[in-house]
Amino acid sequence: MTFDGVTFNASAGVLLIPACAAALLAVMPDYRVTARLNVLATTLTLICALSLFFGRPQPSAYLLVDDLNGTFIVLTTFVGFTTSIFSASYIGHELEIGRLTPPFVRFYHAMYQVLMFAMNLALIANNIGLMWVAIELATLTTVLMVGIYRTHEALEAAWKYFILGSVGIALALFGTILVYMAARPVIGEGLDAMEWTVLVSRAAAFDPALLDVAFVFLLLGYGTKVGLAPLHAWLPDAHAEGPTPISAVLSGLLLNVALYALLRFKMLLAVNPEALAPGPLMVTLGLLSAVFAAFMLYRRRDIKRLFAYSSIEHMGIITFAFGMGGPLANFAGLLHMTMHSLTKSAIFFAVGHVAQVKGTQRIADMGGLIETHPVLGWGLILGVVAIAGLPPLGIFMSEFLVVSSTFARAPLLAIILVFGILVALAGLFLRLNSIAFGEPRGPSAKAEASYVPMFTHLALVLAAGIYMPPALVAWFQNVAGLLG
Amino acid sequence: MTGIDFDTAHLLAGSLVLVSFLELYQDRLYALLNFYALHALVLAASVAWQAFIQDAPHLYVTAAIALGFKAIVIPVALHRIIVRLGIHREIEKVVGVGTAMLAGIGLVALSMVVMLRVTQEADPLAREDLAFALAVVLLGLLMMVTRRNAVSQVVGFMSLENGLVLAATGAKGMPLVVEISVAFSILIAFIVIGIFLFRIRERFDTVDVQVLDLFRGERR
Repeated sequence: MTFDGVTFNASAGVLLIPACAAALLAVMPDYRVTARLNVLATTLTLICALSLFFGRPQPSAYLLVDDLNGTFIVLTTFVGFTTSIFSASYIGHELEIGRLTPPFVRFYHAMYQVLMFAMNLALIANNIGLMWVAIELATLTTVLMVGIYRTHEALEAAWKYFILGSVGIALALFGTILVYMAARPVIGEGLDAMEWTVLVSRAAAFDPALLDVAFVFLLLGYGTKVGLAPLHAWLPDAHAEGPTPISAVLSGLLLNVALYALLRFKMLLAVNPEALAPGPLMVTLGLLSAVFAAFMLYRRRDIKRLFAYSSIEHMGIITFAFGMGGPLANFAGLLHMTMHSLTKSAIFFAVGHVAQVKGTQRIADMGGLIETHPVLGWGLILGVVAIAGLPPLGIFMSEFLVVSSTFARAPLLAIILVFGILVALAGLFLRLNSIAFGEPRGPSAKAEASYVPMFTHLALVLAAGIYMPPALVAWFQNVAGLLG
Repeated sequence: MTGIDFDTAHLLAGSLVLVSFLELYQDRLYALLNFYALHALVLAASVAWQAFIQDAPHLYVTAAIALGFKAIVIPVALHRIIVRLGIHREIEKVVGVGTAMLAGIGLVALSMVVMLRVTQEADPLAREDLAFALAVVLLGLLMMVTRRNAVSQVVGFMSLENGLVLAATGAKGMPLVVEISVAFSILIAFIVIGIFLFRIRERFDTVDVQVLDLFRGERR
């Protein structure tokens, strides 16, 4: 096999493996086999994604792998892989207590792979129309998974997510059409005018007014999927009512994918000297989300909603960092995104098991976790310490970089951001206190948990906080430079 | 482009906006579905005309999908669903007809101002199509927020998608990939919705979204 053959297989692999696995999982009845097959498929996808580092295909009209989306693809496939391990034990328990029936589990596993396929396709697409289709597919699969428990709350959450997500997606499509309209006089009709690599090389000549309007629609559309305030209303419900592995994937991955789409278009506008600077818009929305979500943490009674609002806060910080732009802020944003994905999914792994052993998601009904379930309790504490941004964990470092790079350029914004981060920190610890410490409340049956994914993520976050390998730093710097 | 080509395209796109207005104040589900069918019919005619004047035969496929699927299959299916659910009577409204119409007029004016100003260099047909398409999209959004009934929200969403198809066909030479996928995603969306409507009925005995709101928010 030639070297070209190998690279071709790798980029097709991240799409074909999930697609084939989805078809296979849809017809296989036995839960034990399908859960393992799910893990196997995500493992193979991860290997394919990693191999993209060692050689990548030439960009085609539809697919493109560059340093930017390579980073996203590796992150997505990695968290997808660890979540599938967590999912196996989580879903096993749901099946045992009868919350899910075997047909639903089969459906769940198939949908999990379709979601992985859709996210990888959105990331790897070289065509802005194809990217849109992939994000729509990802939305639809997650809608189906959020509603899988068929309770009042789950159906309401899924409906709300579906309606708001579709409106967002529709606005994004309008923005995509406008980008094509802007490109057509310059590039000419047809496929080329939607091809990302062509667009970015010719964007300087596009009509700036059309690009501006297009970006506003894209920001509102994909911003809904990122969960930016005030477009975030679907996010807490969808996180709280779906199965926890899906909450982990939503928070850790799907929000990133939508943000990635936004970043691509931001790069397009950056090339055109007369178009509006997208930075201030993103900074405003990001800051608003971060501060708003920080205050919302205080009145949460449901543990998964608590961390859903924390996701809004962190997506706000990441959007803020990318909005500020420049090599340092982009670096900080990329690092923060990676750290947030790892930490938040680790927290949801812990939360999933906690909610299972306690039989509830109400914070008031759980307590003294470190006495009843020490491993789980300390895992959750470590996760919250990380997500709140305390040293020496990775998020401290990325938040520090975001704040310090902002202080140099816009001190007032940095003060507001720090205020938001501190409010969130206090809010998280207030809630953590009643969950992890104090009188044990609720059932104390032994948890049949898989701790490996959770502690793997936390170890990575800790390691990144203490020592970042120079190769990784160089890589992120390189990608940050691409973002402009 | 000759005068008649342009005028017909203009007329059809304008009619789509007009039908969106008609949908806005229908207070019975049957009537709403009939007007949605009309909406899809006008869209089909508009897309077919675009296919003709742009000499782009692949657009006839999009027109056929609009005609067969959106103007016939979906309204008929939704008719059957609402009969089965026994909700073919009144639609409740959050805001009154007058307010909704005024808001609609405001939105149309907004889309004209925005789109005509930014597309001064584009060719006139695409310009007007985009302006009308944005108006249809915004009216669809307005319908979704002024309705409480799940079925009429879905109809609002589908007319919004019609606006998107109008925009996509107006953009000359836009690759077929997107058009087919738009139609395809409507199909998927419809299946999802169908499942949801049945499930909602099963659990709540109503499709009034207001009732769903009772369950919203934190666990007490």
